[in-house]
Amino acid sequence: MNGQGGWGWRAVKAFTVLVYLFMFAPIAVTVLLSFNPAQFGGFPMEGVTLRWFWELAANDMVLRALRTSLLIGALSALICTLLGILAAMALVRYEFRGKEWINTLLISPVLIPETVLAVGLLLFLRWLEQPRSLVLLLLGHVMLTLPFVVLVVQARLIGIKRVYEEAALSLGANRFQTFREVTLPLLMPAVLAGILLAFTISFDNVTATMFWRPAGVETMPTQIFSMLRNSISPEINALGTLMIVVTVGLPVIGAALARYVGRGQR
Amino acid sequence: MTQGEPTVELRRVTLGYGGFIAVKDVDLTVPTGTFVTLLGPSGCGKTTILRAIAGLVPALGGEIIIKGRRVNDVPIHKRNIGLVFQNYALFPHKTVFDNVAFGLKYRGVDKAAIEKRVKRALDVVRLPGVESKLPSELSGGQQQRIALARAVVIEPDVLLLDEPLSALDANLREEMRVELKSIQRTLGITTIFVTHDQEEALALSDCVVVMDHGRIEQAGAPEEVYRWPASRFVADFLGQSNLLPGQIIDVANSGATVRLSGGGEILVRNGAGAQLGQAVETVIRAHRVMVRPPGHETGPNLFDGRVQSVAYLGGMAAYVIEGEIGVHAINTIDRQIFREGDRVQVSIAPEDCVLLDDKGLRIGH
Repeated sequence: MNGQGGWGWRAVKAFTVLVYLFMFAPIAVTVLLSFNPAQFGGFPMEGVTLRWFWELAANDMVLRALRTSLLIGALSALICTLLGILAAMALVRYEFRGKEWINTLLISPVLIPETVLAVGLLLFLRWLEQPRSLVLLLLGHVMLTLPFVVLVVQARLIGIKRVYEEAALSLGANRFQTFREVTLPLLMPAVLAGILLAFTISFDNVTATMFWRPAGVETMPTQIFSMLRNSISPEINALGTLMIVVTVGLPVIGAALARYVGRGQR
Repeated sequence: MTQGEPTVELRRVTLGYGGFIAVKDVDLTVPTGTFVTLLGPSGCGKTTILRAIAGLVPALGGEIIIKGRRVNDVPIHKRNIGLVFQNYALFPHKTVFDNVAFGLKYRGVDKAAIEKRVKRALDVVRLPGVESKLPSELSGGQQQRIALARAVVIEPDVLLLDEPLSALDANLREEMRVELKSIQRTLGITTIFVTHDQEEALALSDCVVVMDHGRIEQAGAPEEVYRWPASRFVADFLGQSNLLPGQIIDVANSGATVRLSGGGEILVRNGAGAQLGQAVETVIRAHRVMVRPPGHETGPNLFDGRVQSVAYLGGMAAYVIEGEIGVHAINTIDRQIFREGDRVQVSIAPEDCVLLDDKGLRIGH
């Protein structure tokens, strides 16, 4: 072994670079080409422009899809966080019959293939003789994202020692006041993470959304998908860039927020 | 400080969880203003009793009474108790001020009064001026003082301490022990303290309650419990003791003579109730076995021996003596320490001996 200079080590380095290239090159290309003024663009770029972004902003269909995605994402995040906190509290802090089963059932949507889930919910809807609707789409997204929120909140809650709650109770706070004053603030980083996770998962979802969306309703990913069927327009690159900004930017902001909220805590 | 009337009373209390009985039919009286320690090995039920008084563990049977009120069905937040935990349990996201003020907020105390009382509580624990700090900015000892301030500021009926010193390192623990005692005395607050550290128990308490296997083995003043163990368990658990089996061969007015199975006869003063021929165990505290140079003393219970091994403990030395009788001894080092193989004389005062019967219970008083 001759350490860093060995050919084996150099091969590992080269391979690592290749792996990263493979992962990030398509993303980089999408982002770069979204600023390329050419209609049927490719490399080399002919300049830098924001034209495609302006065109996007003028595209009604895209705007409508964006609004739908934001609405569904935000509502999923809100509902999942509320349900997730409640479920995690019950599963971690209380003993009741069938707890293991409920825990497994809550997590199971992660384990079942999305297509199966999607078809299943549709069949269920058919059985109830209900039409596809935005509410259904929302419920579907809640089902898809809830397990992640429950897992994140549960993990944090297990780490919050019971003595904090016992101390609050002994000082005269009732159970609700204890939750509001002690448990929830200590849980906050996980709650924020849960909100962001739920939002991004919902915002990103394609497969199940294709099954569930009512006729004429598009979310951002399905909008991009249908635009691709017609042509490869540079607008799609711009849209992709926007999606990247949202899905990467939000967690980064969230992490910073969580650090801020969590400061001073062990 | 009115002594006598009880602040906390347990009447035939049984505690447990999931089919397991941790504490069975325990009676306990804690007089107002006193410092009572529950002492025992881990798993003896002492913490369970404390948590039951706090309201964190439900009573399966019996009655828990605080200030004349039966509290079995009163939830913890309505019991007016102060609870201090082993690991402080300060709210990590709240400042020291908010931590200490927490209990006052739920007692409808107005803002100005809260500020005054928090300040006074911090003065009592000798940490003035740390109001705006976060717990993580304080040392372990300081955090425990804040936890104490938080518990006493609400003027609880009873202060419950669950091994509050065991997370601190040795020097700090001793310092905090002294301070804890003085704070308790200053405030005159009824205190129940749980520990497995016998030194702590003896140093702090008005009354030590020794527990084993969910039962109270003995309750009494530290001196009484130490000198007159009521059972084999107490003799063995508290301090270092010699437990020498033997048989009563003579009973007189003032005492009895025991022939030890290991050889030798020993005169004991506390043999009231001992029967001739009864099998007994003689308990002698290692600290009360006097090791002297040969021919040094006269009187009863003098034995010749030889030092089999020595452990130097600083101001003290622990000896294992073989000879007429084999005993452990812990003595203050007078002028010189005895070395291995030294010939010595062992003397044991008859009043330092306690007799146990074949059930391991003390005979007489």
